[in-house]
Amino acid sequence: MYPRLALQGITKRYPGVVANDSVDLEVAPGEIHAVLGENGAGKSTLMKIIYGAVHPDAGTLSWNGKTLSVRSPQQARALGIAMVFQHFSLFDTLSAAENVWLGLPEAFTLAKVTERMRQVGADYGLPVDPLRPVHTLSVGERQRVEIVRALLSEPQLLILDEPTSVLTPQAVQKLFVSLRKLAADGCSILYISHKLDEIRALCSKCTVLRGGRMTGTVDPRNETNASLSRLMIGAEPAKLSHNKSEPGAVALEVRSLELPKRDQFGVRLTGLDLSVKTGEIVGIAGVSGNGQPELMAALSGEDERSPAGSIHLFGRDVSRASPRRRRDAGLHFVPEERLGRGAVPTLSLSQNTLLTRTTASLGLWGWLRLGVLHTLAEKLIKNFRVKAKGPEAAAKSLSGGNLQKFIVGRELDAKPKLLIVSQPTWGVDVGAAAEIRAELLRLRDEGSGLLVVSEELDELFEISDRILVMARGRLSPSVPTAEATIEQIGEWMSGLWPSGPSSPSNPPATTVSETHVPT
Amino acid sequence: MDGIAPLIASTLSAGTILALAALGLLINERAGILNLGAEGMMLMAALAGYATCVHTGSDTLAFIAGAAAGAASAACFGALVIWFNTNQYATGLALSLFGAGFSAFAGIKYTQEKLPERPRFSIPVLSDIPFVGEAFFKQHPVVYLAILFTLALSWFLGRSRGGLVLRAIGESPESAHALGYPVRRLRFTAVCIGGALVGMSGAYLSTVYTPLWVEGMVAGKGWIALALTTFATWRPARVLLGAYLFGGVTMLQFHLQGQGVNIASQWLSMLPYLATIVVLVLISRDINVIRINMPASLGKPFHPTS
Amino acid sequence: MFRLEVRPQPSATMAWLSPILALAVTLVVGASLFAMLGKAPLSALAVFFIEPIKNGYAWSELAVKATPLLLIALGLSVCFRSNVWNIGAEGQFILGAIGGGWVAMQATEESSKFILIPILLAGIVAGAAWAGIVAFLRDRFNANEILVSLMLVYVADLLLQYLVYGPWKDPAGYNFPQTITFAATTKLPKLFRGFRTDIGLLIALSTAAALWVFLFRTYAGFQLQVGGLAPAAARYAGFSSRRALWTALAISGGLAGLAGALEAAGPLGQLTPYVPAGYGFAAIIVAFVGRLHPIGAVFASILMSMFYIGGELAQSRLGLPKSLTGVFQGLLLFTLLACDTLINYRLVWHTSVKPNAQPEATLAKPSVKSPGSA
Repeated sequence: MYPRLALQGITKRYPGVVANDSVDLEVAPGEIHAVLGENGAGKSTLMKIIYGAVHPDAGTLSWNGKTLSVRSPQQARALGIAMVFQHFSLFDTLSAAENVWLGLPEAFTLAKVTERMRQVGADYGLPVDPLRPVHTLSVGERQRVEIVRALLSEPQLLILDEPTSVLTPQAVQKLFVSLRKLAADGCSILYISHKLDEIRALCSKCTVLRGGRMTGTVDPRNETNASLSRLMIGAEPAKLSHNKSEPGAVALEVRSLELPKRDQFGVRLTGLDLSVKTGEIVGIAGVSGNGQPELMAALSGEDERSPAGSIHLFGRDVSRASPRRRRDAGLHFVPEERLGRGAVPTLSLSQNTLLTRTTASLGLWGWLRLGVLHTLAEKLIKNFRVKAKGPEAAAKSLSGGNLQKFIVGRELDAKPKLLIVSQPTWGVDVGAAAEIRAELLRLRDEGSGLLVVSEELDELFEISDRILVMARGRLSPSVPTAEATIEQIGEWMSGLWPSGPSSPSNPPATTVSETHVPT
Repeated sequence: MDGIAPLIASTLSAGTILALAALGLLINERAGILNLGAEGMMLMAALAGYATCVHTGSDTLAFIAGAAAGAASAACFGALVIWFNTNQYATGLALSLFGAGFSAFAGIKYTQEKLPERPRFSIPVLSDIPFVGEAFFKQHPVVYLAILFTLALSWFLGRSRGGLVLRAIGESPESAHALGYPVRRLRFTAVCIGGALVGMSGAYLSTVYTPLWVEGMVAGKGWIALALTTFATWRPARVLLGAYLFGGVTMLQFHLQGQGVNIASQWLSMLPYLATIVVLVLISRDINVIRINMPASLGKPFHPTS
Repeated sequence: MFRLEVRPQPSATMAWLSPILALAVTLVVGASLFAMLGKAPLSALAVFFIEPIKNGYAWSELAVKATPLLLIALGLSVCFRSNVWNIGAEGQFILGAIGGGWVAMQATEESSKFILIPILLAGIVAGAAWAGIVAFLRDRFNANEILVSLMLVYVADLLLQYLVYGPWKDPAGYNFPQTITFAATTKLPKLFRGFRTDIGLLIALSTAAALWVFLFRTYAGFQLQVGGLAPAAARYAGFSSRRALWTALAISGGLAGLAGALEAAGPLGQLTPYVPAGYGFAAIIVAFVGRLHPIGAVFASILMSMFYIGGELAQSRLGLPKSLTGVFQGLLLFTLLACDTLINYRLVWHTSVKPNAQPEATLAKPSVKSPGSA
């Protein structure tokens, strides 16, 4: 019996970094094998090598006992290797069936593909309507299209890259059922993740990567989160110091916020009620695509259409105020997109401070005080341990984690009375993520209020004092984190809170426009 | 009353120029490439076609020459924009400016040349029908070819796998690339084919519509064709109808001048350009119409990240 | 196989080397073009490039041509940096000439010298208003500014034709389509005795300096640039895209109109159907060759004027067609765009197919799509 896939001594170097350093990996037929590592550990490079998108500098790869090299994704597919990426390769304006058809070799007709999709969907618990245009599908449904597309090529090895970031806890369980059935039918599965609980629940083998090297191959069922964490980052997960929160005055008050969709692909906000006091962190959980970007834009001022009186900051009505005036009133915002929104990629770090920090930087008639900008950028780089060539380095030359630290630092340094953060640690390595979360807690302790929107439930449970859930453009009531459970929040993420959009007393809208969500 | 049939006939002819050019641009834009060089391409193709006809006396060769000129200049544009990732707007403009200068330069000796006599076309039997015959069936074959192209393109885009791939690339080249499609090669092909159609339009202009060569003779039709693709929300059939509509406006201008209407000729000459502005405003008013129909990657650079 | 690899930081060296490289390629192509036309390449190139700068008189002629190019290109640089694609500067130039010309026609021998000020102001206002139409249609109806501004060029030209063939035709002009020659008091003061260079040059140069300060040292300029570089970041920062649109078009329309008024009151001295000389389009090339930078525009306008004058000289001395100028100008822009790739990309020789290493920052969530209309 040959292993389905065996990698030996795989090495890949890029200028300035060794992405994979002599990595070994063995996957048996029908095995669910996890690849664990934090961002930047080399997981994606390794997967790209298996998938044929990247060629290794050294090492061998054998498939079902035969040594070969995978030269291209087409060859990988022909061999029976299928990959479901974290970022979907879907075409919004085409139907699900057309999307799947495009991903398969020309041999099939559209009709055949449609039929097979229904079959496979039923077999593995991944139902999806082939005729619906993709832009009407929720994120979870879109992932199903991706998985079904992969399954239709009858793979012997299925690679899944961080598949659960877009799913509610209940949906994750359903996915696991499908994956176990797949494995039982003989398909090997490579499961890329950094979520320790999931790996321990699903996988029978786990290869851990750190800094490009293998730090161990274990059976996760025999490990604890602590031991896996030690392999992943060399230490136990940093314990954040939690002081008791002392909520003070109401900083942000949102009352019955109604916001129609901006365009066909958006989500309508209905009847949102929310309040954040100083000295507390309020978290908003929710799967992507339920209106979080729309809410963020309404709160930050990027969308100025909020009805008058719906948003109050320290008692002042800011519903129609521009971002500048909201900053003057003490509200600062860290958006989820770093490059292109939080910072201009081709401008320097000092120039990028000017996006939100204008108090000391402007002189008469808007004259730019370049020295002030430079000094501010220097200070931010130092205080927030940003790895950059200097204040004049272009924003796009920083790694994701460092740019995030810079942007978060830029807003924290303004000593905001209310800080809104969207996806604070997306794509950031564990070390930087811990630093950022610690900074957020410190800001709270200093008396500011924070609103954190995140798709990582663990993160919200770690730092927030109260949690709400956003689903289908509506907000749930808030619960103190200490009293909330993952199961309850998971249900709420599907809209199932009392009088929520999907509760039995409130049947879901049947029109497509109410149920579709963007990518 | 008896001015109507020739009016229809000339509308069809004038509309064909815009239709061919706009269909070519449509192919480009469906793939996500915005080609602002249409005006320059049409000028160079018009000259190529005219010169070929002067030397060979053959219409067919003139159209082939025009298509070749269009495809060649589109290929230069495509290479820069697709592989060198230059800014699509600036590169297209460069092509237009270069095309204007080059055609003026190379066309000097042809301004005095006249085209040899060529047969007048008409479809047998059908062209003898009173009124309808003169209105519809006495056109140059390319006019009918344009209609055929429209139908073929409609079918291709809506019902064939190739058309689906093209639409997919135009919507998200990144996703198409991830699926393994050779996005850049396919885009380049689309640009060249589109360029050939634009070239045919130029050749038609100089050999059939107004059989002469004068520098700058395209007079903005390339730009109008660009507006037309947007106005038609990137659908071939609508492009054809829109082209005939514009052809009608142009003919109306001449008709009114001929009738001795008491407006200075310059105001009437403004009609096609003002009409274009009006049409643009009408279609762009509702931003959702554009958002739904426009190929999402139009005009944006594509960086394949393997 | 050659491959283009992304540079982590844009190369500052290539930023100024690229135009020089582009010029070199253009010269080589030009030389071969001359050879094909049966002229000795080197002496033809000399006519094109050495003659126009040979002596003081030549420089003054350069300045006369460069002034309108520079003014328009300065406005276009601001516009293009803001991602507003004003292609209709030629039309705004024409309107400026019409506006300035109208005021000039009111002048008589007794008018004061200061009539120049209302002439130039009228040109600025007319050009800005013409561009304002574009701004309005884009602001209110999302109409694409490229196509609208371009259509308005044709309309402006026809408007000029109507005026000089019709109501503004000089009754004593032997029925030629031209207005009266403007009174001597409207003539722009010359800078140097015996040369045609007028104060337009000073105006252009000071505008260049002023715009440099505006773009790189003021908050307003910063806002415009961010709006062009990253519209989502501009929205995040709270910069008004509407204000940016109107500002960009007002500046470029006003400057094009000023150039038109200067031409009418200066070298032309009257309005004829030949007022539109293609400066509005050539200025697009000047703007790009000048790297959309006010100082670069100064050098680029001198270069482009050399092409213009070279073309005229080539016609009179070598019997070559004047339209060669257009060929060179277009070619320069093409080669510049190709060479500009090297600023953000590196040309590498690869023996096997290898993908590029991307800094992690690009693996962050896909940036918001900019809502540019096509």
